[in-house]
Amino acid sequence: MSVELRNVTKLSGLDTHIHETNLKFEEGGFNILLGTTLSGKTTLLRLMAGLEKPSQGEVWFNGQNVTGMAVQKRNVSMVYQQFINYPNMTVYENIASPLRVLRMPAKIIKEKVGQVADLMKLTPMLDRMPNELSGGQQQRTALARALVKQADLVLLDEPLANLDYKLREELREELPKLFADTGATVVYATTEPVEAMLLGGYTATLNEGRVTQYGHTADVYHTPANLVSAEVFSDPPINTARVEKKGDRFLLSDTVNWQVTPSLRHIPDGPYTIGFRPHHINLNPIADTTVKVEGRVLITEISGSESVAHIKVGDNSWVSLSHGIHQLEVGNTVELFIQTDRCFCFDHQLQRVTN
Amino acid sequence: MSEKTTNQKAWLLVAPVVILVAFNALIPLMTVVNYSVQETFGDNVFFWEGMKWFEDVLHSERFHASLLRQLSFTGIILAIEVPLGVAIALTMPKKGPWVSVCLVLMALPLLIPWNVVGAMWNIFALPDIGLLGKMINGLGIDYNFTQQPMAAWFTTILMDVWHWTSLVVLLAYAGLCSIPDAYYQAARIDGASRWAVFRFIQLPKMKRVLTIAVLLRFMDSFMIYTEPFVLTGGGPGNTTTFLSIDLVKIALGQFDLGPAAAMSLIYFLIILLLSWIFYTLMMRNEEQ
Repeated sequence: MSVELRNVTKLSGLDTHIHETNLKFEEGGFNILLGTTLSGKTTLLRLMAGLEKPSQGEVWFNGQNVTGMAVQKRNVSMVYQQFINYPNMTVYENIASPLRVLRMPAKIIKEKVGQVADLMKLTPMLDRMPNELSGGQQQRTALARALVKQADLVLLDEPLANLDYKLREELREELPKLFADTGATVVYATTEPVEAMLLGGYTATLNEGRVTQYGHTADVYHTPANLVSAEVFSDPPINTARVEKKGDRFLLSDTVNWQVTPSLRHIPDGPYTIGFRPHHINLNPIADTTVKVEGRVLITEISGSESVAHIKVGDNSWVSLSHGIHQLEVGNTVELFIQTDRCFCFDHQLQRVTN
Repeated sequence: MSEKTTNQKAWLLVAPVVILVAFNALIPLMTVVNYSVQETFGDNVFFWEGMKWFEDVLHSERFHASLLRQLSFTGIILAIEVPLGVAIALTMPKKGPWVSVCLVLMALPLLIPWNVVGAMWNIFALPDIGLLGKMINGLGIDYNFTQQPMAAWFTTILMDVWHWTSLVVLLAYAGLCSIPDAYYQAARIDGASRWAVFRFIQLPKMKRVLTIAVLLRFMDSFMIYTEPFVLTGGGPGNTTTFLSIDLVKIALGQFDLGPAAAMSLIYFLIILLLSWIFYTLMMRNEEQ
């Protein structure tokens, strides 16, 4: 089912929760809403589910206006960050509950629950109560409920956030496949850029109630339309700096400047904001197109095989992520290398300049 | 491998609790046990009677009658207060400025001393000058709680419901507030009816606090003394003489210390037993 938000806004009191939003999710697509807490992800999901009504605008399913349609008639299912199951029903009854509401014959219910339980690896737990299960199994039960309903639209609100690391990885891998087979349109809300990348599909970046970009997940990541989208889709956060373009060079400071990449050579001279991701500023020169800067180390973190350093360069505070273990002394001055061909260039409205 | 170290000073740390429990529970209880197996006369003269008082009490019709009255009273007020309390809790707002107003209003009856409640209702229900009594009589119903057993029961129950339903409301409300909003959303998306939401989400989630509510109300109502004593004095006749009132009559009215002590112990064991049964029944599913 295709899902479309047309000029949807949502006000709550005097605050605007969702600014005018136009989004179209294609049938059977796996869509990600990426944004920080309070960016409006949950509100968008609730609007699509029909748990809330838009203040203005319309919600369309398959070319049909469903704005005023009641929740239970929309054939959607939703899974939450908390593990929501009926507390005094067995796992079997929990999974069967949406089918019972639809008054399906007992034989079909049994068959369907059996299939889904098998798929979600819950078959041995069918007779247990939800509070006897581990967190992962509880969330699997909730997902099984969403799956068995064969809803046209599946809304997942940070479903993996409360799970521990291993389980999260395991389920994250399974989720897109599970729902791809049902043909349902999936909307998955998350705060984690890495999760969005791993899930693939399409991503809409959200910031303060505005959708800043929507497209293939990889495209949004590699070609952000504006600085906000790049910031939302970057972890650790993207580094920014004010530069001046003069002729074919970007001037960062009196001493640091570099040649503008060919695609940007024809943009007018003047002030710009550049943005580059932490792994594009390193302690060693990686590519040919690097420029050297010097900075003072503020904080260092070493995680396994990567070194993260927070560096003060001029007035800018940057984060650098390098492969390998680099022991840096806080307060020392170090050399860093920016991969200039990986820098995004934003104009004064912080929209990315393309050519 | 480790050697046990002996430190007698540890007794000093436990001593305050031991002394407190001894004076507060053990010694009084043992005194009662002491009285329950002996006949007492003035000048602290005691005669050993063995189990006689217990047999007397257990075979006494008077005890049976007050026990039956007590069970009926507790049964009736539980049957009214628990469902009513849950129903009120369900209608209370979850957020907004009315929450505190409702909570304060609900808590008010709980803040009034038992004695005052009894006195209030006594005056309130008097057929000649009380607002309630006058109103009921004004409706053409002959009502006089000082003379009619039915009227006395009605008034006592109404008073208890007024005084204690709030406790159930507050506990049930606390249980309801602890249910995450996501449960209600999930139920709406599933298309669950209002009844299904109550039956499968709210009731199971309230189970623990309701168990506590039932236990508290059971124990309190089974020990009820002050309110009916002030309201009706156990009358008319002894139609509202519940166990505590009867016990006080025997112990202080007739000064039969032996039978009163035996009755106290039996009374205590009944409460203990019934509480245990309630708890086990209500928690039975939890254990599985």
